[in-house]
Amino acid sequence: MLTKVLVANRGAIARRIIRACQALNIASVAVYSEADRDAPYLAEATEALPLRGNSAAESYLDHQQLLAAAVASGADSVHPGYGFLAENAGFAAAVIAQGMTFIGPDPHWIDQMGDKVNGRRMLAEAGMPVFAGSELIDDLAAAEAFVAKVGLPVVVKPSGGGGGIGMHVVRRPEELSGAINAAVETAQRAFASAGVFLERWIEKPRHIEFQILADLHGNAMHLYERDCSVQRRHQKLIEESPAPGFERGQLEQQAQQFSDICQGLGYNNLGTVETLFAPDGGLGFLEMNTRIQVEHGVTEEVTGIDLVATQITLAAGGQLPRQTPLQGFAMEVRLYAEDSQTLFPSTGTLTVFRPPELHGVRIETGYREGQVVTPYYDPLLAKIIARGTTREQAIGRLVVALRAFTVRGVSTNAQLLLNILQDDLFVQGQVDTGMVARILAQQNVH
Amino acid sequence: MARVEVESEITGNVWKVQVSAGTEVAEGDVLIILESMKMEIPVESPVAGSVQEVLVQPEDQVEEDQLLLVIEA
Repeated sequence: MLTKVLVANRGAIARRIIRACQALNIASVAVYSEADRDAPYLAEATEALPLRGNSAAESYLDHQQLLAAAVASGADSVHPGYGFLAENAGFAAAVIAQGMTFIGPDPHWIDQMGDKVNGRRMLAEAGMPVFAGSELIDDLAAAEAFVAKVGLPVVVKPSGGGGGIGMHVVRRPEELSGAINAAVETAQRAFASAGVFLERWIEKPRHIEFQILADLHGNAMHLYERDCSVQRRHQKLIEESPAPGFERGQLEQQAQQFSDICQGLGYNNLGTVETLFAPDGGLGFLEMNTRIQVEHGVTEEVTGIDLVATQITLAAGGQLPRQTPLQGFAMEVRLYAEDSQTLFPSTGTLTVFRPPELHGVRIETGYREGQVVTPYYDPLLAKIIARGTTREQAIGRLVVALRAFTVRGVSTNAQLLLNILQDDLFVQGQVDTGMVARILAQQNVH
Repeated sequence: MARVEVESEITGNVWKVQVSAGTEVAEGDVLIILESMKMEIPVESPVAGSVQEVLVQPEDQVEEDQLLLVIEA
Protein backbone atom coordinates (compact mmCIF):
# COMPACT_ATOMS: atom_id res chain seq x y z
CA MET A 1 0.00 0.00 0.00
CA LEU A 2 1.03 3.60 -0.49
CA THR A 3 2.06 5.59 2.58
CA LYS A 4 2.25 9.26 1.55
CA VAL A 5 0.38 11.06 -1.24
CA LEU A 6 1.42 14.42 -2.70
CA VAL A 7 -1.78 16.25 -3.68
CA ALA A 8 -0.95 18.17 -6.87
CA ASN A 9 -4.04 20.35 -6.77
CA ARG A 10 -5.93 22.96 -4.75
CA GLY A 11 -9.36 23.83 -3.39
CA ALA A 12 -12.27 21.41 -3.05
CA ILE A 13 -10.56 18.47 -4.77
CA ALA A 14 -7.35 18.84 -2.73
CA ARG A 15 -9.51 18.68 0.39
CA ARG A 16 -11.38 15.67 -0.95
CA ILE A 17 -8.13 13.76 -1.69
CA ILE A 18 -6.75 14.62 1.77
CA ARG A 19 -9.96 13.20 3.29
CA ALA A 20 -9.58 9.99 1.29
CA CYS A 21 -5.98 9.68 2.57
CA GLN A 22 -7.23 10.10 6.13
CA ALA A 23 -9.83 7.37 5.55
CA LEU A 24 -7.05 5.05 4.34
CA ASN A 25 -4.78 6.13 7.19
CA ILE A 26 -2.02 7.38 4.91
CA ALA A 27 -0.18 10.71 5.02
CA SER A 28 -0.96 13.58 2.63
CA VAL A 29 1.15 16.49 1.42
CA ALA A 30 -0.62 19.65 0.23
CA VAL A 31 0.99 22.27 -2.04
CA TYR A 32 -0.22 25.85 -2.35
CA SER A 33 0.37 28.93 -4.47
CA GLU A 34 0.85 32.35 -2.87
CA ALA A 35 -2.82 33.16 -3.56
CA ASP A 36 -3.92 30.02 -1.70
CA ARG A 37 -1.89 30.51 1.49
CA ASP A 38 -5.10 30.93 3.57
CA ALA A 39 -6.98 27.98 2.06
CA PRO A 40 -8.45 25.51 4.57
CA TYR A 41 -7.04 22.40 2.88
CA LEU A 42 -3.50 23.27 4.04
CA ALA A 43 -4.23 22.63 7.70
CA GLU A 44 -6.07 19.38 6.93
CA ALA A 45 -3.11 17.75 5.15
CA THR A 46 -0.35 16.03 7.14
CA GLU A 47 2.02 18.70 5.82
CA ALA A 48 1.88 21.61 3.36
CA LEU A 49 4.60 22.96 1.06
CA PRO A 50 4.53 26.36 -0.69
CA LEU A 51 4.81 26.83 -4.46
CA ARG A 52 6.16 30.02 -5.99
CA GLY A 53 3.76 32.10 -8.06
CA ASN A 54 0.06 32.84 -8.32
CA SER A 55 -1.14 31.97 -11.80
CA ALA A 56 -1.85 28.34 -12.61
CA ALA A 57 1.08 28.26 -15.07
CA GLU A 58 3.52 29.46 -12.40
CA SER A 59 2.28 27.15 -9.65
CA TYR A 60 -0.05 24.14 -10.05
CA LEU A 61 1.05 23.54 -13.66
CA ASP A 62 4.78 23.71 -12.93
CA HIS A 63 6.02 20.11 -13.18
CA GLN A 64 9.42 20.91 -11.68
CA GLN A 65 8.06 22.58 -8.55
CA LEU A 66 5.55 19.79 -7.95
CA LEU A 67 8.09 17.01 -8.47
CA ALA A 68 10.56 18.79 -6.19
CA ALA A 69 7.88 19.08 -3.49
CA ALA A 70 7.03 15.39 -3.85
CA VAL A 71 10.69 14.37 -3.50
CA ALA A 72 11.35 16.79 -0.62
CA SER A 73 8.35 15.49 1.33
CA GLY A 74 9.25 11.82 0.85
CA ALA A 75 5.90 11.08 -0.82
CA ASP A 76 5.65 7.71 -2.59
CA SER A 77 2.75 8.77 -4.83
CA VAL A 78 1.07 11.76 -6.51
CA HIS A 79 -2.66 12.38 -6.93
CA PRO A 80 -3.37 15.00 -9.62
CA GLY A 81 -7.08 15.58 -8.87
CA TYR A 82 -8.90 17.12 -11.87
CA GLY A 83 -7.87 20.02 -14.10
CA PHE A 84 -4.25 21.30 -13.93
CA LEU A 85 -1.96 18.27 -14.62
CA ALA A 86 -4.57 15.52 -14.23
CA GLU A 87 -4.50 14.70 -17.95
CA ASN A 88 -0.87 15.50 -18.67
CA ALA A 89 0.88 12.30 -19.74
CA GLY A 90 4.31 13.93 -19.47
CA PHE A 91 3.75 14.80 -15.82
CA ALA A 92 2.45 11.30 -15.04
CA ALA A 93 5.52 9.79 -16.71
CA ALA A 94 7.83 12.15 -14.79
CA VAL A 95 6.24 11.07 -11.50
CA ILE A 96 6.78 7.41 -12.39
CA ALA A 97 10.38 8.14 -13.52
CA GLN A 98 11.04 9.45 -9.98
CA GLY A 99 10.08 6.03 -8.66
CA MET A 100 6.71 7.20 -7.36
CA THR A 101 3.19 5.92 -8.11
CA PHE A 102 0.94 8.12 -10.25
CA ILE A 103 -2.63 7.79 -8.94
CA GLY A 104 -4.45 7.53 -12.25
CA PRO A 105 -4.29 5.52 -15.44
CA ASP A 106 -1.01 4.59 -17.11
CA PRO A 107 0.43 7.63 -19.00
CA HIS A 108 -0.21 5.66 -22.20
CA TRP A 109 -3.98 6.04 -21.67
CA ILE A 110 -3.73 9.72 -20.75
CA ASP A 111 -1.82 10.27 -23.98
CA GLN A 112 -4.16 8.18 -26.16
CA MET A 113 -7.41 9.66 -24.82
CA GLY A 114 -6.01 13.20 -24.45
CA ASP A 115 -5.89 13.44 -28.23
CA LYS A 116 -9.64 13.45 -28.91
CA VAL A 117 -9.34 12.40 -32.56
CA ASN A 118 -7.15 9.49 -31.57
CA GLY A 119 -9.35 8.49 -28.61
CA ARG A 120 -12.44 8.48 -30.82
CA ARG A 121 -10.76 6.33 -33.44
CA MET A 122 -9.41 3.87 -30.88
CA LEU A 123 -12.72 3.40 -29.06
CA ALA A 124 -14.75 3.25 -32.30
CA GLU A 125 -12.50 0.41 -33.45
CA ALA A 126 -13.17 -1.34 -30.12
CA GLY A 127 -16.92 -1.16 -30.75
CA MET A 128 -17.93 2.18 -29.21
CA PRO A 129 -20.75 3.96 -31.09
CA VAL A 130 -19.72 7.39 -32.46
CA PHE A 131 -21.39 10.23 -34.39
CA ALA A 132 -19.81 11.38 -37.67
CA GLY A 133 -16.47 13.07 -36.96
CA SER A 134 -13.49 14.24 -38.98
CA GLU A 135 -9.79 13.57 -38.67
CA LEU A 136 -7.58 16.53 -37.70
CA ILE A 137 -8.42 19.44 -39.97
CA ASP A 138 -5.40 20.72 -41.91
CA ASP A 139 -7.10 23.35 -44.03
CA LEU A 140 -10.46 24.86 -44.92
CA ALA A 141 -10.87 22.48 -47.87
CA ALA A 142 -10.76 19.45 -45.54
CA ALA A 143 -13.39 21.08 -43.31
CA GLU A 144 -15.59 21.90 -46.31
CA ALA A 145 -15.31 18.31 -47.53
CA PHE A 146 -16.49 17.02 -44.14
CA VAL A 147 -19.41 19.46 -44.12
CA ALA A 148 -20.35 18.43 -47.67
CA LYS A 149 -20.47 14.82 -46.44
CA VAL A 150 -22.43 15.15 -43.15
CA GLY A 151 -24.20 18.52 -43.59
CA LEU A 152 -24.64 21.37 -41.09
CA PRO A 153 -24.63 22.04 -38.20
CA VAL A 154 -21.18 20.86 -37.13
CA VAL A 155 -19.03 21.72 -34.14
CA VAL A 156 -15.32 22.63 -34.30
CA LYS A 157 -13.35 21.27 -31.33
CA PRO A 158 -9.72 21.40 -30.21
CA SER A 159 -8.32 17.87 -30.35
CA GLY A 160 -5.99 18.40 -27.40
CA GLY A 161 -8.61 19.95 -25.16
CA GLY A 162 -11.67 19.36 -23.10
CA GLY A 163 -13.88 21.08 -20.59
CA GLY A 164 -15.90 22.68 -23.38
CA ILE A 165 -13.12 25.18 -24.07
CA GLY A 166 -12.70 26.37 -27.66
CA MET A 167 -15.84 24.71 -29.06
CA HIS A 168 -17.56 26.55 -31.91
CA VAL A 169 -20.87 25.54 -33.46
CA VAL A 170 -21.24 26.22 -37.19
CA ARG A 171 -24.77 26.56 -38.54
CA ARG A 172 -24.12 28.43 -41.83
CA PRO A 173 -21.41 27.68 -44.44
CA GLU A 174 -19.91 31.19 -44.20
CA GLU A 175 -19.24 30.69 -40.44
CA LEU A 176 -16.92 27.72 -40.98
CA SER A 177 -13.65 29.52 -41.66
CA GLY A 178 -14.03 31.94 -38.72
CA ALA A 179 -14.96 29.11 -36.34
CA ILE A 180 -11.88 27.10 -37.31
CA ASN A 181 -9.57 30.10 -36.85
CA ALA A 182 -11.11 30.87 -33.45
CA ALA A 183 -10.84 27.23 -32.32
CA VAL A 184 -7.20 26.99 -33.47
CA GLU A 185 -6.34 30.17 -31.60
CA THR A 186 -7.98 29.04 -28.35
CA ALA A 187 -6.53 25.54 -28.70
CA GLN A 188 -3.02 26.93 -29.07
CA ARG A 189 -3.41 29.14 -26.07
CA ALA A 190 -5.28 26.78 -23.72
CA PHE A 191 -3.82 23.41 -24.73
CA ALA A 192 -0.55 24.32 -26.53
CA SER A 193 -1.71 22.29 -29.54
CA ALA A 194 -3.36 23.81 -32.59
CA GLY A 195 -5.13 20.65 -33.82
CA VAL A 196 -8.89 20.91 -34.33
CA PHE A 197 -11.50 18.53 -35.72
CA LEU A 198 -15.17 18.60 -36.67
CA GLU A 199 -18.11 16.59 -35.42
CA ARG A 200 -21.74 16.49 -36.42
CA TRP A 201 -23.50 18.84 -33.97
CA ILE A 202 -26.46 17.31 -32.16
CA GLU A 203 -29.15 19.81 -31.17
CA LYS A 204 -30.36 19.55 -27.57
CA PRO A 205 -28.90 16.17 -26.68
CA ARG A 206 -28.59 14.59 -23.25
CA HIS A 207 -25.04 14.47 -21.93
CA ILE A 208 -24.66 11.14 -20.16
CA GLU A 209 -21.38 9.78 -18.83
CA PHE A 210 -20.46 6.38 -17.46
CA GLN A 211 -18.14 5.79 -14.48
CA ILE A 212 -15.53 3.12 -15.12
CA LEU A 213 -13.15 1.52 -12.59
CA ALA A 214 -10.34 -0.83 -13.59
CA ASP A 215 -7.62 -2.62 -11.64
CA LEU A 216 -4.04 -3.49 -12.60
CA HIS A 217 -4.95 -7.16 -13.11
CA GLY A 218 -7.11 -6.86 -16.24
CA ASN A 219 -10.56 -6.34 -14.66
CA ALA A 220 -12.95 -3.45 -15.22
CA MET A 221 -16.40 -2.54 -13.89
CA HIS A 222 -18.87 0.32 -14.15
CA LEU A 223 -20.63 2.36 -11.48
CA TYR A 224 -23.59 3.42 -13.60
CA GLU A 225 -24.10 6.79 -15.23
CA ARG A 226 -24.40 10.49 -14.47
CA ASP A 227 -26.66 12.81 -16.44
CA CYS A 228 -24.80 16.10 -16.94
CA SER A 229 -27.12 17.74 -19.46
CA VAL A 230 -27.60 20.97 -17.52
CA GLN A 231 -24.70 23.08 -18.83
CA ARG A 232 -23.73 26.64 -19.52
CA ARG A 233 -20.98 27.48 -22.04
CA HIS A 234 -20.57 23.72 -22.64
CA GLN A 235 -19.68 23.35 -18.94
CA LYS A 236 -21.67 21.39 -16.38
CA LEU A 237 -23.87 23.07 -13.81
CA ILE A 238 -26.02 20.23 -12.43
CA GLU A 239 -25.31 16.49 -12.47
CA GLU A 240 -27.41 13.58 -11.29
CA SER A 241 -27.52 9.82 -11.06
CA PRO A 242 -29.45 7.83 -12.18
CA ALA A 243 -30.26 9.65 -15.44
CA PRO A 244 -34.00 10.44 -15.36
CA GLY A 245 -36.46 8.83 -17.75
CA PHE A 246 -34.49 5.81 -18.94
CA GLU A 247 -35.38 2.17 -18.88
CA ARG A 248 -32.71 0.81 -16.49
CA GLY A 249 -32.00 -2.40 -18.38
CA GLN A 250 -30.99 -0.60 -21.57
CA LEU A 251 -28.76 1.92 -19.79
CA GLU A 252 -27.03 -0.67 -17.61
CA GLN A 253 -26.40 -2.84 -20.64
CA GLN A 254 -24.75 0.19 -22.24
CA ALA A 255 -22.65 0.77 -19.10
CA GLN A 256 -21.57 -2.88 -19.13
CA GLN A 257 -20.63 -2.65 -22.81
CA PHE A 258 -18.40 0.39 -22.12
CA SER A 259 -16.81 -1.33 -19.13
CA ASP A 260 -16.13 -4.42 -21.31
CA ILE A 261 -14.50 -2.22 -23.98
CA CYS A 262 -12.20 -0.66 -21.34
CA GLN A 263 -11.36 -4.11 -19.98
CA GLY A 264 -10.62 -5.35 -23.50
CA LEU A 265 -8.22 -2.46 -24.10
CA GLY A 266 -6.47 -3.01 -20.76
CA TYR A 267 -7.38 0.40 -19.35
CA ASN A 268 -6.56 0.90 -15.66
CA ASN A 269 -7.51 2.93 -12.56
CA LEU A 270 -10.53 5.17 -13.10
CA GLY A 271 -12.10 6.91 -16.07
CA THR A 272 -15.30 8.35 -17.45
CA VAL A 273 -16.85 7.59 -20.82
CA GLU A 274 -18.73 10.72 -21.95
CA THR A 275 -21.54 10.24 -24.47
CA LEU A 276 -24.34 12.22 -26.08
CA PHE A 277 -27.86 10.83 -26.49
CA ALA A 278 -29.58 12.50 -29.46
CA PRO A 279 -33.31 13.27 -29.21
CA ASP A 280 -33.91 10.54 -31.83
CA GLY A 281 -32.34 7.97 -29.48
CA GLY A 282 -28.96 7.72 -31.24
CA LEU A 283 -25.94 7.55 -28.97
CA GLY A 284 -22.39 8.68 -29.69
CA PHE A 285 -19.12 8.62 -27.76
CA LEU A 286 -17.67 12.08 -27.02
CA GLU A 287 -14.44 11.51 -25.11
CA MET A 288 -12.90 9.55 -22.30
CA ASN A 289 -11.69 11.46 -19.25
CA THR A 290 -8.73 9.72 -17.65
CA ARG A 291 -9.19 11.23 -14.18
CA ILE A 292 -11.62 11.72 -11.34
CA GLN A 293 -14.48 14.06 -12.39
CA VAL A 294 -15.67 17.16 -10.56
CA GLU A 295 -19.06 15.42 -10.18
CA HIS A 296 -17.73 12.12 -8.76
CA GLY A 297 -19.65 12.72 -5.50
CA VAL A 298 -22.96 12.00 -7.24
CA THR A 299 -21.84 8.44 -7.97
CA GLU A 300 -20.44 8.05 -4.45
CA GLU A 301 -23.83 8.98 -2.98
CA VAL A 302 -25.77 6.38 -5.02
CA THR A 303 -23.23 3.55 -4.65
CA GLY A 304 -21.67 4.14 -1.25
CA ILE A 305 -18.23 3.70 -2.84
CA ASP A 306 -15.47 6.22 -2.05
CA LEU A 307 -14.11 6.80 -5.57
CA VAL A 308 -11.01 8.75 -4.51
CA ALA A 309 -9.95 6.15 -1.95
CA THR A 310 -10.63 3.47 -4.58
CA GLN A 311 -8.35 5.29 -7.04
CA ILE A 312 -5.56 5.16 -4.45
CA THR A 313 -6.03 1.46 -3.63
CA LEU A 314 -6.29 0.53 -7.33
CA ALA A 315 -3.07 2.47 -8.09
CA ALA A 316 -1.39 0.42 -5.35
CA GLY A 317 -2.48 -2.83 -7.03
CA GLY A 318 -5.66 -3.41 -5.01
CA GLN A 319 -8.89 -5.16 -6.06
CA LEU A 320 -12.01 -3.62 -7.55
CA PRO A 321 -14.85 -2.93 -5.10
CA ARG A 322 -17.91 -5.16 -5.24
CA GLN A 323 -20.67 -3.95 -7.60
CA THR A 324 -23.52 -2.41 -5.59
CA PRO A 325 -27.12 -1.73 -6.65
CA LEU A 326 -28.14 1.92 -7.13
CA GLN A 327 -29.25 3.38 -3.80
CA GLY A 328 -31.81 6.12 -4.40
CA PHE A 329 -31.06 9.36 -6.24
CA ALA A 330 -28.31 11.96 -5.98
CA MET A 331 -27.95 15.37 -7.57
CA GLU A 332 -25.19 17.99 -7.47
CA VAL A 333 -25.28 21.72 -8.18
CA ARG A 334 -22.13 23.73 -8.77
CA LEU A 335 -22.17 27.01 -6.91
CA TYR A 336 -19.98 29.37 -8.95
CA ALA A 337 -18.63 32.83 -8.21
CA GLU A 338 -20.41 34.27 -11.20
CA ASP A 339 -23.40 36.47 -11.80
CA SER A 340 -26.75 34.64 -12.16
CA GLN A 341 -27.77 36.75 -15.16
CA THR A 342 -24.65 37.81 -17.05
CA LEU A 343 -22.59 34.73 -15.99
CA PHE A 344 -19.61 37.08 -15.57
CA PRO A 345 -17.04 35.75 -13.08
CA SER A 346 -16.90 37.58 -9.77
CA THR A 347 -13.87 37.99 -7.51
CA GLY A 348 -13.51 39.43 -4.01
CA THR A 349 -13.28 38.62 -0.32
CA LEU A 350 -15.81 36.16 1.12
CA THR A 351 -17.01 38.42 3.94
CA VAL A 352 -19.69 35.84 4.73
CA PHE A 353 -19.43 32.19 3.65
CA ARG A 354 -21.67 29.77 5.56
CA PRO A 355 -22.33 26.35 4.04
CA PRO A 356 -25.38 24.86 5.83
CA GLU A 357 -25.35 21.48 7.57
CA LEU A 358 -28.46 19.61 6.50
CA HIS A 359 -29.61 16.00 6.54
CA GLY A 360 -28.94 14.25 3.22
CA VAL A 361 -26.78 17.11 1.92
CA ARG A 362 -23.01 17.00 1.41
CA ILE A 363 -21.04 20.14 0.61
CA GLU A 364 -17.56 20.09 -0.92
CA THR A 365 -15.77 23.43 -0.89
CA GLY A 366 -12.22 24.70 -0.91
CA TYR A 367 -13.18 28.02 0.68
CA ARG A 368 -13.89 29.46 4.09
CA GLU A 369 -15.17 32.78 5.36
CA GLY A 370 -12.65 35.61 4.99
CA GLN A 371 -10.79 33.98 2.11
CA VAL A 372 -10.24 35.84 -1.17
CA VAL A 373 -11.69 34.49 -4.43
CA THR A 374 -9.00 35.39 -6.99
CA PRO A 375 -9.12 35.57 -10.81
CA TYR A 376 -6.33 32.97 -11.08
CA TYR A 377 -8.38 29.76 -10.89
CA ASP A 378 -11.83 28.46 -11.82
CA PRO A 379 -14.96 30.02 -10.28
CA LEU A 380 -16.20 26.97 -8.36
CA LEU A 381 -17.14 28.00 -4.79
CA ALA A 382 -18.80 24.79 -3.67
CA LYS A 383 -20.43 21.58 -4.84
CA ILE A 384 -23.70 20.85 -3.10
CA ILE A 385 -24.75 17.19 -3.36
CA ALA A 386 -28.12 15.96 -2.11
CA ARG A 387 -29.38 12.40 -1.74
CA GLY A 388 -32.99 11.30 -1.76
CA THR A 389 -35.13 8.19 -1.92
CA THR A 390 -36.79 9.96 -4.86
CA ARG A 391 -35.48 12.49 -7.39
CA GLU A 392 -38.00 15.04 -6.06
CA GLN A 393 -36.59 14.69 -2.56
CA ALA A 394 -33.04 15.29 -3.80
CA ILE A 395 -34.20 18.39 -5.70
CA GLY A 396 -36.07 19.66 -2.62
CA ARG A 397 -32.99 19.25 -0.44
CA LEU A 398 -30.87 21.19 -2.94
CA VAL A 399 -33.39 24.04 -2.94
CA VAL A 400 -33.31 24.17 0.86
CA ALA A 401 -29.51 24.02 0.91
CA LEU A 402 -29.08 26.78 -1.69
CA ARG A 403 -31.43 29.07 0.23
CA ALA A 404 -29.62 28.37 3.50
CA PHE A 405 -26.11 28.86 2.02
CA THR A 406 -25.12 32.47 2.74
CA VAL A 407 -22.38 34.00 0.60
CA ARG A 408 -21.42 37.69 0.65
CA GLY A 409 -18.52 39.44 -1.02
CA VAL A 410 -18.84 37.87 -4.48
CA SER A 411 -21.80 37.33 -6.81
CA THR A 412 -22.98 33.74 -7.14
CA ASN A 413 -25.12 31.75 -9.56
CA ALA A 414 -27.40 30.55 -6.71
CA GLN A 415 -30.48 32.23 -8.20
CA LEU A 416 -29.89 30.63 -11.61
CA LEU A 417 -29.50 27.21 -9.93
CA LEU A 418 -32.74 27.75 -8.00
CA ASN A 419 -34.54 28.75 -11.20
CA ILE A 420 -33.35 25.56 -12.91
CA LEU A 421 -34.25 23.31 -9.95
CA GLN A 422 -37.78 24.77 -9.98
CA ASP A 423 -38.25 24.68 -13.75
CA ASP A 424 -41.24 22.50 -14.75
CA LEU A 425 -39.41 20.56 -17.45
CA PHE A 426 -36.40 20.02 -15.19
CA VAL A 427 -38.59 18.72 -12.38
CA GLN A 428 -40.22 16.32 -14.86
CA GLY A 429 -36.75 15.05 -15.77
CA GLN A 430 -36.90 16.48 -19.28
CA VAL A 431 -33.35 17.77 -19.40
CA ASP A 432 -31.17 18.67 -22.39
CA THR A 433 -28.04 20.73 -23.00
CA GLY A 434 -30.07 23.69 -24.31
CA MET A 435 -32.13 24.19 -21.17
CA VAL A 436 -29.90 26.70 -19.36
CA ALA A 437 -30.02 29.06 -22.36
CA ARG A 438 -33.83 28.82 -22.30
CA ILE A 439 -34.04 29.49 -18.55
CA LEU A 440 -31.57 32.41 -18.80
CA ALA A 441 -33.72 33.96 -21.53
CA GLN A 442 -36.84 33.60 -19.35
CA GLN A 443 -35.01 35.09 -16.34
CA ASN A 444 -33.95 38.14 -18.28
CA VAL A 445 -37.51 38.82 -19.43
CA HIS A 446 -38.77 38.97 -15.85
CA MET B 1 -20.33 63.64 -30.64
CA ALA B 2 -20.34 61.85 -27.33
CA ARG B 3 -17.45 60.39 -25.42
CA VAL B 4 -18.32 56.86 -24.28
CA GLU B 5 -16.11 55.21 -21.67
CA VAL B 6 -15.94 51.41 -21.74
CA GLU B 7 -15.11 49.86 -18.38
CA SER B 8 -14.28 46.33 -17.29
CA GLU B 9 -17.13 44.43 -15.62
CA ILE B 10 -14.71 41.96 -14.08
CA THR B 11 -11.33 41.58 -12.41
CA GLY B 12 -8.93 39.65 -14.60
CA ASN B 13 -6.32 39.87 -17.35
CA VAL B 14 -6.39 41.38 -20.81
CA TRP B 15 -6.00 38.58 -23.32
CA LYS B 16 -6.51 40.34 -26.65
CA VAL B 17 -7.08 43.90 -27.83
CA GLN B 18 -8.99 43.80 -31.12
CA VAL B 19 -9.04 47.55 -31.90
CA SER B 20 -6.73 50.56 -31.81
CA ALA B 21 -7.16 54.33 -31.90
CA GLY B 22 -9.08 55.21 -35.06
CA THR B 23 -10.85 51.84 -35.53
CA GLU B 24 -14.46 52.30 -36.60
CA VAL B 25 -16.73 50.00 -34.60
CA ALA B 26 -20.39 49.01 -34.71
CA GLU B 27 -22.53 48.38 -31.64
CA GLY B 28 -21.83 44.83 -30.42
CA ASP B 29 -18.36 44.54 -31.99
CA VAL B 30 -15.84 42.80 -29.74
CA LEU B 31 -13.28 45.40 -28.62
CA ILE B 32 -11.21 43.50 -26.08
CA ILE B 33 -11.19 39.94 -24.74
CA LEU B 34 -10.53 39.61 -21.04
CA GLU B 35 -9.72 36.47 -19.13
CA SER B 36 -10.70 35.60 -15.59
CA MET B 37 -11.24 32.33 -13.77
CA LYS B 38 -10.39 30.35 -16.91
CA MET B 39 -13.13 32.14 -18.87
CA GLU B 40 -12.81 34.40 -21.87
CA ILE B 41 -14.99 37.46 -21.46
CA PRO B 42 -15.51 39.57 -24.60
CA VAL B 43 -16.00 43.32 -24.07
CA GLU B 44 -18.44 44.52 -26.71
CA SER B 45 -18.89 48.04 -27.95
CA PRO B 46 -21.97 49.65 -26.39
CA VAL B 47 -22.27 52.08 -29.34
CA ALA B 48 -21.27 52.65 -32.95
CA GLY B 49 -18.38 55.06 -33.31
CA SER B 50 -14.66 55.51 -33.56
CA VAL B 51 -12.12 54.28 -30.99
CA GLN B 52 -10.38 57.31 -29.55
CA GLU B 53 -8.04 55.79 -27.04
CA VAL B 54 -7.13 52.28 -25.77
CA LEU B 55 -5.82 52.29 -22.20
CA VAL B 56 -4.81 48.66 -21.77
CA GLN B 57 -2.61 46.13 -23.54
CA PRO B 58 -2.42 42.33 -23.55
CA GLU B 59 -1.31 40.75 -20.22
CA ASP B 60 -2.39 43.83 -18.22
CA GLN B 61 -4.30 43.08 -15.03
CA VAL B 62 -7.59 44.95 -14.80
CA GLU B 63 -9.94 45.61 -11.91
CA GLU B 64 -13.72 45.79 -11.99
CA ASP B 65 -14.87 49.25 -13.26
CA GLN B 66 -11.41 50.06 -14.62
CA LEU B 67 -11.47 52.21 -17.79
CA LEU B 68 -10.45 50.11 -20.81
CA LEU B 69 -11.02 52.39 -23.77
CA VAL B 70 -12.84 55.44 -25.00
CA ILE B 71 -15.13 55.62 -28.04
CA GLU B 72 -16.25 58.76 -29.83
CA ALA B 73 -19.86 58.02 -30.71
